[in-house]
Formats: sequence, C-alpha cells, structure tokens
Amino acid sequence: MDLTPIWLTLKLAAITTVILLVIGLPLAYWLSKGRSIAKIILEAIITMPLVLPPSVLGFYLLMAFSPKHGIGEWLHNTFDIQLVFSFKGLVLASIIYSMPFMIGPIKSALQQLPLSLSQASYTLGKSERETFIKVLLPNIRASVLTAATLTFAHTLGEFGVVLMIGGNIPGVTRVASIAVYNSVETMDYNAANIYSMILFCITFAMVISVFVFNKYKAKSPLE
Amino acid sequence: MISIDIEKKLKAYPGEQVLKIAAQFESSSITKIYGPSGAGKSTFLKVIAGLVEPERGKILVDDVVWLDTISKTSISPQKRKVGFVFQNYALFPNMTVQQHLEYVSDDAQWINRLLIIGKLETFTSHKPEHLSGGQQQRLAILRAMAIRPKLMLMDEPFSALDPKMKSELIPGLKSIWDELETTVLIVSHNPWELEGLTAREMEINPI
Repeated sequence: MDLTPIWLTLKLAAITTVILLVIGLPLAYWLSKGRSIAKIILEAIITMPLVLPPSVLGFYLLMAFSPKHGIGEWLHNTFDIQLVFSFKGLVLASIIYSMPFMIGPIKSALQQLPLSLSQASYTLGKSERETFIKVLLPNIRASVLTAATLTFAHTLGEFGVVLMIGGNIPGVTRVASIAVYNSVETMDYNAANIYSMILFCITFAMVISVFVFNKYKAKSPLE
Repeated sequence: MISIDIEKKLKAYPGEQVLKIAAQFESSSITKIYGPSGAGKSTFLKVIAGLVEPERGKILVDDVVWLDTISKTSISPQKRKVGFVFQNYALFPNMTVQQHLEYVSDDAQWINRLLIIGKLETFTSHKPEHLSGGQQQRLAILRAMAIRPKLMLMDEPFSALDPKMKSELIPGLKSIWDELETTVLIVSHNPWELEGLTAREMEINPI
C-alpha cells in the first residue's frame, strides 16, 4: 500500500492553508471595508471557484501556465519555472480554488464586528495595523480557525483542478483523491477504500473539531 | 479654545436633515450637549474626533487646524487623540479590564489611579462580558481617560450608573480633568445626568 498520495495531499493542504492565511487576512480585511466596483469585481473572481466546474478552472489554469503560452511561457523562459504537471502548479491551483473558503468566513466575521471597536482604537492613537492585530483579529479567532479548517479540508478533496493542472504523476502530483480514482480505474477497490477512508476520517475529525471549538456554531463557507 | 463651524448631512426619514453647528468651547470647560433623538449629537462628537467627515466645516483646537474642508485638511483620529466614550462603550471583548488600560498607557501608577476612581480595582482580570452594564460603562470612561486627553468627548457616559455610583465617580473624574485642563463635551438626553458638575449647556437641533 503506497501512502505517498496521502502525505502529498496533507503537504499540499498545509502549504495552501498557510499561504492563504497570509494572503487571506489582509485581503479579507480590505474587502470588509466599504464597497467599490473594484472590490465587487475582485470578490466575484474570488468566489468563482465555488460555482465554476473544477475542470473548467483547471483547463484555464492549464492553458495559462502551459510553457507554450502567455504567462507560463514567460515564467519558463525568464525564471525556468514550469507550473503544469508539477507540485508548485498544484499549490497555485489549490490557492485559487480554495480562496473563497478562506476569504468568505474572515470577511464576514470582520463585517459583523461593530465599527466602534476600530473607531475606539483609533481615538486611542492606535494605527490601523495595530488595531487589526490587537483588536479585530483576536475577536474573529473562531472564524479564522473555521476558514483555515475549511480551506485545509477543501484542498484535501480537490480532484478536477489538480487532475487538469497536475496530471497523475506518482510521488509528484498524484494526491489522494486522484489515487482513489486511479485505484478504481485499475479495479483495486481495496486501495481505493483505504485512501477514501483516510480522507473521510481526516475531514470528519477536522469538521468536528471546528464545531467543538466554536461551541457548536460552525460557520458555513459563505458566512 | 476649541472653535467649531461644521455642516453635515444626516440621514433622516423622511428626507434629509442638516446638522449645522457653530460654537466655541473654552479650554478646561465642561459643556452638556442635549437635543432630540436623531438630532446628530453623536455625529457631532464623531466629527470632532475625526471619525466622521462633514460636508463642510472647520475645527480649530488651540489654533491648530484639525479640519478644514476648504484646504482639505483633516488630522487623523490617531493624532487628535481625544478621549472618546462611545454610547455602546465599544469595549474590546478579547481584553480584560487591566489590558484595556494597558493598551493605552504603560504607566502603572496612572492605571491604578484610574482603577480606583472607577472602582474597578477588584475586577482587573475580568473581560467585558463578565462585567455589569455600569462596570462596562466605567471601564469605557477610564479607557478614554487613560490617554490623558486634552479634549474629552462623552456620549451618554453615565446612563448605566446608579445615582450613588455616579456621585462617587464624578468628583474623581473632575479632579483629573482639572489636573489635565481637559475640555469636556458630554452628550446627554437626561437633564439630571450631570448633577454635581457645573456645565455650560448647548442644544442641538438639525435643520
């Protein structure tokens, strides 16, 4: 039994979650403040992976990062970076695909905090950055945990996007969800069952832990 | 001396109202601001603090321009550093009483003095959710005082305090305001709220 796809999946989910936390916190904060056309368009783009078929997203990413076209060609010629059929490509695709799961709960939680909390901090001479770190962030801790957990769990279950951009290369891009598909294709139902059971148990434990931490008030992905 | 001349549109039903105020406040004075609900009393305080921008106006504090819509000057709330007591207290749910004051000041003696004035010295490790309404209101006042403000803006600051607590708190606050030469503007709808304080009165009525 080859457990490499499980480790690869966990590694992909962990890297994606950490990167999305770093990107998602300031981005969600910016989106939570007021409305503008630019914000509406950006939010629509971030939300698209929720409604778009993963294979469509994967197809466009494959085209965009192909070494024979546009950005992919430029990355290949300038920095010798190839994103398609590589682990780096999987990370990039996962970041795009899971972004709404990180941004949504954090943005919603920030919008639900009373405006007077930030205002009080400003009148006390505190900068916007200090207010965000010391006042706002500690008060949306539960939502940040929910967002990180959902992002991690969602990345574990990716299939269409990773198959399109990463293919099915053992030890490089064959993550657990693809290993399940591959096992079924080769009639190895025992392996498919073990991969599936491991994924099921991990995601179930994560969702339960969020419910417990949030005192049975887990947020939905779009809240 | 604080000189204010502002004009700010207020959302109202039906239509729109305009908050138009031209007033001067002597340094170290206490002014009670009253008026009907929705008149813009809270908005007026927020304009002074820099939290709300008026359509037109000028604010001068000791000859320093805080706001001038003609020259497009507006000092940030961080630089104005007024002591602001919000009507909803705006306490930080993640911080204890002690942490609220330490967020503002690192002077332990000053913090202790404030805690004694507000009678919160035995509640230092409590978070707002574990304080009564009156205790939360006192903490909001102490937090605003912790920056040693030259200008104090208070929105219904004593509404949750019982008469005994209020009569004990106000002399303590007054002594600090005298010491810091603080100018105080207090919004209140209750005519008896400022018993124990000699205050000038100002009525706000929108146009």
